[in-house]
Amino acid sequence: MSGDSSVGGRASSSGAAPAPMPKFAVAARGALADTALRRDLRAVTGELRRRREAAVGELGDWEELREAGRAIRDETLLNLDAHLERLEKSVTEAGGTVHWAADAAEAARLVTGLVTATGHGEAVTAAVPAAREIGLYEALAEAGVTAHPTDLAELVARLDGGPAPADPAPPAFHRDRARLRELFVRALPDAPPDLPDDPAALAAAARAHLRRRLLSARVAVCGADFMVADTGTLVLLESEGNGRAAVTLPGTLICVAGIDAVVPTWDDLEVLLQLLPRSATGDRMSPCVSTWTGVTPGDGPSELHLVLLDNGRSAALADEAGRAALRCVRCSACAHVCPVYERTGGEPYGPRGGGPIGAVLTPLVEGVEDAARASLPYASTLCGACADVCPVKIDIPDLLVRLRGRVVESRRRRPVPTPELLMMRSAAWTMADRGRYEAALRSGARWARLLSRGGRIRRLPGLLGKWTDARDLPAPPVHSFRAWWRARPRHGGDR
Amino acid sequence: MRVALFVACFNDALFPGTGRAVTALLERLGHEVVFPPDQTCCGQMHWTTGYRREAADLARRFARVFRDYDAVVTPAASCAATVRASYARIARADGDDDLARAAEGLAVHELSEFLVDVLGVTDVGAYFPHRVAYHPTCHSLRTLELGDRPLRLLRAVKGLELVDMPAAEECCGFGGTFAMKNADVSVAMVADKVRHVRSTGADVLCAADNACLAHIGGALSRLRGGVRVMHLAEILAATGSPAAAVRA
Repeated sequence: MSGDSSVGGRASSSGAAPAPMPKFAVAARGALADTALRRDLRAVTGELRRRREAAVGELGDWEELREAGRAIRDETLLNLDAHLERLEKSVTEAGGTVHWAADAAEAARLVTGLVTATGHGEAVTAAVPAAREIGLYEALAEAGVTAHPTDLAELVARLDGGPAPADPAPPAFHRDRARLRELFVRALPDAPPDLPDDPAALAAAARAHLRRRLLSARVAVCGADFMVADTGTLVLLESEGNGRAAVTLPGTLICVAGIDAVVPTWDDLEVLLQLLPRSATGDRMSPCVSTWTGVTPGDGPSELHLVLLDNGRSAALADEAGRAALRCVRCSACAHVCPVYERTGGEPYGPRGGGPIGAVLTPLVEGVEDAARASLPYASTLCGACADVCPVKIDIPDLLVRLRGRVVESRRRRPVPTPELLMMRSAAWTMADRGRYEAALRSGARWARLLSRGGRIRRLPGLLGKWTDARDLPAPPVHSFRAWWRARPRHGGDR
Repeated sequence: MRVALFVACFNDALFPGTGRAVTALLERLGHEVVFPPDQTCCGQMHWTTGYRREAADLARRFARVFRDYDAVVTPAASCAATVRASYARIARADGDDDLARAAEGLAVHELSEFLVDVLGVTDVGAYFPHRVAYHPTCHSLRTLELGDRPLRLLRAVKGLELVDMPAAEECCGFGGTFAMKNADVSVAMVADKVRHVRSTGADVLCAADNACLAHIGGALSRLRGGVRVMHLAEILAATGSPAAAVRA
């Protein structure tokens, strides 16, 4: 992925193409074939589902909390301008500096500039969900800054030479401990060659390495889950403690957060802090909750920068679907219950994040003109499990259907109709008239019976071949239901 | 009671036995079944694939065909869900207030809802001596919220042994055009569903929707899985007497 301006919310409206990526069905193939990934995803999503259910079950007022969360997020997004202005004022008064980034490129440029201005050639990063969205690591590398990711998942991805993980919440579960041990021995500085593959030893090896990095860091780049407008307080939830270290130890702290992370007051935060950890990991509270307000002489960073990232968000807020989707507080509960995600992981959804809400947000913010983004709303069976668990009650299946509508409308405007459009139109034309429908029933049954053997159809041409690749289709009986009905002795005739 | 049957287009073409079973069952319970012949498709496939205009045309047609009936019963859970939950959205997307009003006036019931809630019966006098697993389809479970209605009906069937299925509430991977557009993921999902079905030792898998059953059944058939799929209506219509046999 590149951190250029082509990754951006307004890209679709300004005509620039978003960063290239494969269609979901294509990208999913690699994940589906990765047997260890499949096993790990199954185990971890299953465990997270069970944990979430138990944590939610403890509360008698979960549905009321969800409703309160929805209302808070709705109000916040509806009056986002006012809350952001208040946030800027509060942060500034508390000694921080606020920077506005209209798109990914500007955010990357701002962060890079702030790091290089310190004169240090290194920075640690911790819990920056927007890292891939803005191309943070590429931009830092280009500026000659060495970045040290301190999230376990990112450290592992980095050691492995891959991209930063697309999922905000889950730790490094995409690799089992045998693979982790092998990777650590090969690539983690100071890892002993006889490192055992038990979880405690692996965690200790990673911790020893990361602690050295964090203790010597002068500059840190972090994210924020919430920003309280009233007081200018930044809030970071994590489970590894590297975030806590990163926001307290280095002299300069640069926080990058989407403008949608603003929360009006601490009372609102209280509700969201009950919803998020239970939904994300099944914890009553995240193991590390850091809150910090501006700078305090002699305690923590002496310089605080807050980079507020728009990158298509405010444009997406223009319609109802966008406001609903941006209620998301990034808990990933929708991903953990998603049967598609359980089999593909987050990678095929692209850099903005995986799971059902990723399938909504990426095409929503980046547009549906290119085939890959247009494929994301279709990466769901619309089973509805996600809507049941969303802590801020986003009706994800409804949003996916709306986005599918957007995809189809954009294709209708093209000079050459897609084969699917022709097929759908002809199906609708057939269904619009009883005579045509009945003729189609008869001829369809005739053709299908010709293709069948022993009462089943084993192979069909064209798009339907995707069905018969792995599944039979029953041969249609000679007589349709309505043919039988017409021939009934008792109720012969049409009514 | 006079009941209009909406059989659903894919049942009309592929699973006429289900329509015959609903007819036989309701008549056995003493009700008059009518079949409005102008019915075609509810528009679900068009709507969920993003073809709003076509979906709106089909929804308008459906509303016209069924508006005059006090009770419409369908054995297609996802079609019932489309009419009840999606028509208002289709109307909104198409800017058609008349359709929104018409949709509100439709009295569409999924079969098990109609039996349990409207007719107030759970024992329909069926006899079906088989080991049966029940798959709650996503629309049955989450949109219609059928709950245990189908299970109560099944438990009252004489001779029937109802078995629990692991991960029953997980989607089978059909998802309409999803089964083709994302065939690989879809197959990965149905493979797990098949595993769970077979782990029950049931010889029949039952659901309130033939669409999902065609998917699971298609995979079972390809694998010679030794489990057949049957719509709930066909089990409830079975009485063991040859005269009442409704399957072709």
